[in-house]
Amino acid sequence: MDLFEYQGKQYFSRFGIAVSPGDVADTVDEAVAVAERVGYPVVVKAQVKVGGRGKAGGVKLAHDVDEVRRHAGDILGLDIKGHVVRRLWIERSSDIAKEYYASFTLDRPNKAHLGMLSAQGGVEIEVVAEENPDAIAFLSIDPVRGLDIETARRWVHEAELDEAAREQAAQLLVKLYDCYTTGDCDLAEINPLILTPDGTVHALDAKVTLDENASFRHPEWEEYRATETEDPREKMAKEKGLNYIGLDGTIGIIANGAGLAMSTLDVVNQVGGSAANFLDIGGGANADVMAAAMEVINADPKVTAIFVNIFGGITRVDEVAQGVLEALRRVSITAPIVLRLDGTNAVEGRAILAPHLNDRLITEPTMLDAARRAVSLANA
Amino acid sequence: MSIFVDENTKVIVQGLTGGQGKFHGLRNRDYGTKVVGGVTPGKGGTDVDGIPVFNTVREAVEATGATASFVVVPPKFASAAILEAAEGGITFIVCITEGIPAHDEAVTYNKLVESYPHVRLLGPNCPGIISPGKCNIGITSGDIALAGGPVGIVSRSGTLTYQALHELSQQGIGQTTCVGIGGDPVPGTNFIDCLAAFEADPETKAVMMIGEIGGSEEERAAEWIKHNMTKPIVSYIAGVTAPPGRKMGHAGAIISGSKGTAQAKMEALAAAGVHVCLNPTEAGQKMVEIVQAL
Repeated sequence: MDLFEYQGKQYFSRFGIAVSPGDVADTVDEAVAVAERVGYPVVVKAQVKVGGRGKAGGVKLAHDVDEVRRHAGDILGLDIKGHVVRRLWIERSSDIAKEYYASFTLDRPNKAHLGMLSAQGGVEIEVVAEENPDAIAFLSIDPVRGLDIETARRWVHEAELDEAAREQAAQLLVKLYDCYTTGDCDLAEINPLILTPDGTVHALDAKVTLDENASFRHPEWEEYRATETEDPREKMAKEKGLNYIGLDGTIGIIANGAGLAMSTLDVVNQVGGSAANFLDIGGGANADVMAAAMEVINADPKVTAIFVNIFGGITRVDEVAQGVLEALRRVSITAPIVLRLDGTNAVEGRAILAPHLNDRLITEPTMLDAARRAVSLANA
Repeated sequence: MSIFVDENTKVIVQGLTGGQGKFHGLRNRDYGTKVVGGVTPGKGGTDVDGIPVFNTVREAVEATGATASFVVVPPKFASAAILEAAEGGITFIVCITEGIPAHDEAVTYNKLVESYPHVRLLGPNCPGIISPGKCNIGITSGDIALAGGPVGIVSRSGTLTYQALHELSQQGIGQTTCVGIGGDPVPGTNFIDCLAAFEADPETKAVMMIGEIGGSEEERAAEWIKHNMTKPIVSYIAGVTAPPGRKMGHAGAIISGSKGTAQAKMEALAAAGVHVCLNPTEAGQKMVEIVQAL
C-alpha cells in the first residue's frame, strides 16, 4: 500500500524522523488555518500518488494569507495525470543548503536489505543511477543484524555528505531503518533529505510503501486504507477482501491465484478478447468469497461475459460452485458465466453445478475452450 | 528418481490439528506419503485420524524419525514454526502459508542460512512438492500428477503449477517431481536450486519452468541455464498482457536491474536456449514434442 506524502511524513514522525512542521487541509479555509499556525512562508502541496506534481502546478510557495488562499484554491480540484487533488499538505517552507537522497528497500536477489544514500538528491534517483552510479553509496544490511549507528556513520562518510550533516544524517538513517523494519515498509524513501543553512537535517519528502501482509500487527494502518483507492470497483473489491485491478475490457475474470489470473488474462487476449479486470480470489477461498467476487464483477457495467477459471489446490472447487450458486441467489447476474473447474474436489464441484447449467451458466473442459466461449459470448 | 523427496521421506505436519492442516495432511497421507506425525503446542498425546500429535517438533522427530515438515500455520506463527522445524532436526521444510510479512521472511531466511545451512526451505506461499506415486507434501491435488517421468516441473505460481501438471498428464507425459517455489519476496528455494537438481537427476530428461512477472529470478535462472543446463527446458511466463502491477517505487527498479516484465523474462530465457511458449497449453504441447523426440 502506497502512502500519500502527508501520511508518509506522519509515519516518519512516529519513528522520530524530523519533517517540516505542517498539516493537511481539505479546504481553502483549512489551508489558511494551517499556514497561520505553522508560520509563513509555507509550501502548498497537492497530495496525489503520482510523480511530477511540481511541473503540473501542484506545489506552490505562499508568503501570506492571500497567496495561500489563491494557491490552495487553484490546486484543490486540479487534475494531475488523471489524479484529482482532494487534499493538500501545508508546511513551513525550508531554506535549503544541500539536497540528499536516502532509502531502504528489500534486495530480493541477495535476500538482504539495501540502503541507498547519495549526496545528489532532489533529482530522480534513476537518473543518478544511470549517469553517475558512483554518486550512490549502496549498503547491504543483514536483516538479522540490522543497522547500527557506527555503520551509519561510516556510510554517510562514504556517501560524502557534507561534514555539517553527517552526524544528524547518521542518526536519522538509523531511525529510518527502524521505520522501514519495525514499521513493515516495502520501501522507505526520502528525496530530498535536506541540510538547511543553519545546519539541521530533515526529510522534505516521504515515499512509503507498506507491506500489507504485516497489517495484522499495525492497527494504525486502518486510516491509510480509507484513503487508498479511487476506482469504485476496486474500492468495493477491497471492502470484500479481494485482490482486484480494474481494466477496460468486457470479460469479467475470476481466478484463484495471481499466476492463474494473469494467465487467464493472457489466454483471453490471445483468443481475441479483452479483460474487464484482474481478480484473484486467493488461496482457500470459500463460497462467501466467490459470491462476493461475482457481485463485484456484476457491478461493472462494461462486463458482457464472466469467465471463472478455477484450478483447486487449497481452494476447493465444491466451495467455489456453492459460491456461484449463492451469488446467483443473492443478486441478478446480468452477464453469462463460463466456468472452467479443475483440481481439488472438481468432480464434486461440477456435480453441484450440473442441475443449474443452461445457456447463461456454462462449463467448459479446458482453459482455452472456456476463454473462446467467453469471448464469443462477450462479442455476441 | 525424484528431487528433494522420495517414497521413504517421513513427514510431520505443523498445524495438523487446524482445518487446513488436517484436510491437506490427510490428503497427503491418502496419496501414499509417509505422514508420521503432527505438531500442535498443547495438543501432544492426541491424534488426528490415527496420526500422533506432539507438542514440539523435537519430540515428533525423536519419536518418528521424520526428516521433512509441512508447515500449515497462520502468517503470524509461520516464521517461528519454520525455525522450530530447523532446530528440531528437520532438513526439508515446506511452508504453504500465504501472507507472511516480507521482513519476517528476510529474517527467517538469513537465520536458516547462518544457523542451519543444511536445511532446505521450500516456500513460503507455495503449493509444495509432489513426486508422483512417491510423495506429496503440500496442497497439490495428487490426481492431476502422473508417475513415471520424464519431466521435472518448477513453478513460481501456485495454481499455474497445477495447470502445468494437468497439461502434461492429459497428454500422458509423466513427471519425476513437481516443485512449486512460490512467488513471495524471499523464497527459500529458487529456480536455480531446482534446475540444478533436475540437471543432476538421471530420470529427468526435460524441464518445464513456469514464471511470472515481477522480480528478476527468471533472468537469473536464464543466465544460469546458459552455462549449466544440458536438458531441454520449456517455459511459460504469466502476465504477458497483465496491467502494470503494483509499482515497486524507484529504489526497487534500480536493484533488480530489470523491468520485470514478461517480455524481458521471455527474451532472457529464449536467449539461453529455452523454448518459450505463450500459454500453458502451448507449453504442454511443446513438451509433448520434446518428449516424443527423446
